[in-house]
Amino acid sequence: MRSVIDILDLSTAEIDELIETAGDIIKNPANYAELCRGKKLATLFFEPSTRTRLSFEAAMYELGGNVLSVAGGNTSSAAKGESVADTVKTVSCYADIIAMRHPKEGAALVAANNASVPVINGGDGGHCHPTQTLADLLTIRREKGGFSGLTVGLCGDLKFGRTVHSLINALSRYENMRFVLISPEELKLPSYVKNDVLKRKNIPYEQTTDLLSVIPSLDVLYMTRVQRERFFNEEDYLRLKDSYILTPEKLKTAKEDMCVLHPLPRVNEISVAVDDDPRACYFKQVKNGKYMRMALILMLLKEAGTI
Amino acid sequence: MNIDSIQNGVVIDHITAGNSMRLYDLLKLDQADCPVAIIKNAVSRKMGKKDIMKIDADIPVDLDVIGYVDPGATVNVIRNGVRVEKKTIGMPELLTDVIRCKNPRCITATEQELHHVFRLTDRERGVYRCVYCETKG
Repeated sequence: MRSVIDILDLSTAEIDELIETAGDIIKNPANYAELCRGKKLATLFFEPSTRTRLSFEAAMYELGGNVLSVAGGNTSSAAKGESVADTVKTVSCYADIIAMRHPKEGAALVAANNASVPVINGGDGGHCHPTQTLADLLTIRREKGGFSGLTVGLCGDLKFGRTVHSLINALSRYENMRFVLISPEELKLPSYVKNDVLKRKNIPYEQTTDLLSVIPSLDVLYMTRVQRERFFNEEDYLRLKDSYILTPEKLKTAKEDMCVLHPLPRVNEISVAVDDDPRACYFKQVKNGKYMRMALILMLLKEAGTI
Repeated sequence: MNIDSIQNGVVIDHITAGNSMRLYDLLKLDQADCPVAIIKNAVSRKMGKKDIMKIDADIPVDLDVIGYVDPGATVNVIRNGVRVEKKTIGMPELLTDVIRCKNPRCITATEQELHHVFRLTDRERGVYRCVYCETKG
């Protein structure tokens, strides 16, 4: 049974196909409105989420399907100590496909190994968040026309930011990419991502703590939130949370066609005043996420022979 | 220094000097009810110094553990005092329940019945990562 746990579970050809499908859904939504009639998506969200869960649910409704939902670990049997394996074996009896978010890293793989229906990872702790990456990729493709030759700046929490790791993994498979890694010393990109992805593939990258000095060179600026839930120590969180705040002032030296992305939610790392700037693409990104989830649900249900 | 030859069992040779105690622990030989000899810093023409381990009983030895700790080690199977097989060990692709994931955020930290599985991700540098959270082993 095919599941998607990591963005690398999808080949670049499959990602390109998903992008094509999403583009077609945007153009011709009526053609897709009945494709999942009678099918059920279960959303198991054991960690807080607004966008991702609603995006999956909206995606399934727009495909004509139905949704079963568990929101919050304390309202399900997980609170009684039920294992992930038992939970998904049970849910497989009710649903045709599962989207799951869980605070523990690797929980989605455990789910995929035990479910009898496809599992989509909606985020497993600080590890992977492939559908966010799909939303990021569609947005970059639509805003920049392609991936080749782009300089992508990633800013904020590059250590615990799962979306950053997934995006680097995905973009590094395209040609002529260049990365600029902007973070405080304590939140630098983990060496395994640098060694296993960037250095191994000889992808040029620059590390800096200074956003202003590099912003003129960027085609894409991917902002991230310093996530309170990833810290064991509140003091460290408070010290680092305001490291980078993007303001209209800081955007003055950026390219006119640079695009600003953010996986959301933001706290204060992008000033609300930036929202009106045409370079702000983070709400388009939210919408794109729904289309890519629709495309992914379709792909997995087709492969499973469910539709 | 002389250690008597064994009759039936296993001799693990060409262990990198200093690795034998780790191997002893991971092979759980402390729980074995048989004679085990560890020779540290033996003279070796090829390696300069090496460790050797002799297990004087026909007990199963986990080759994956040996390949993980010391892929250059050789395993000699002894029957009736004669070597009947010599195995060279490479790094295994997967390690199951040999080492434990130390990441407190990993699903294996809370779900105790899960196997701790590590995959070889960099053969050159001998790097193993947890299949669940990708933490280095």
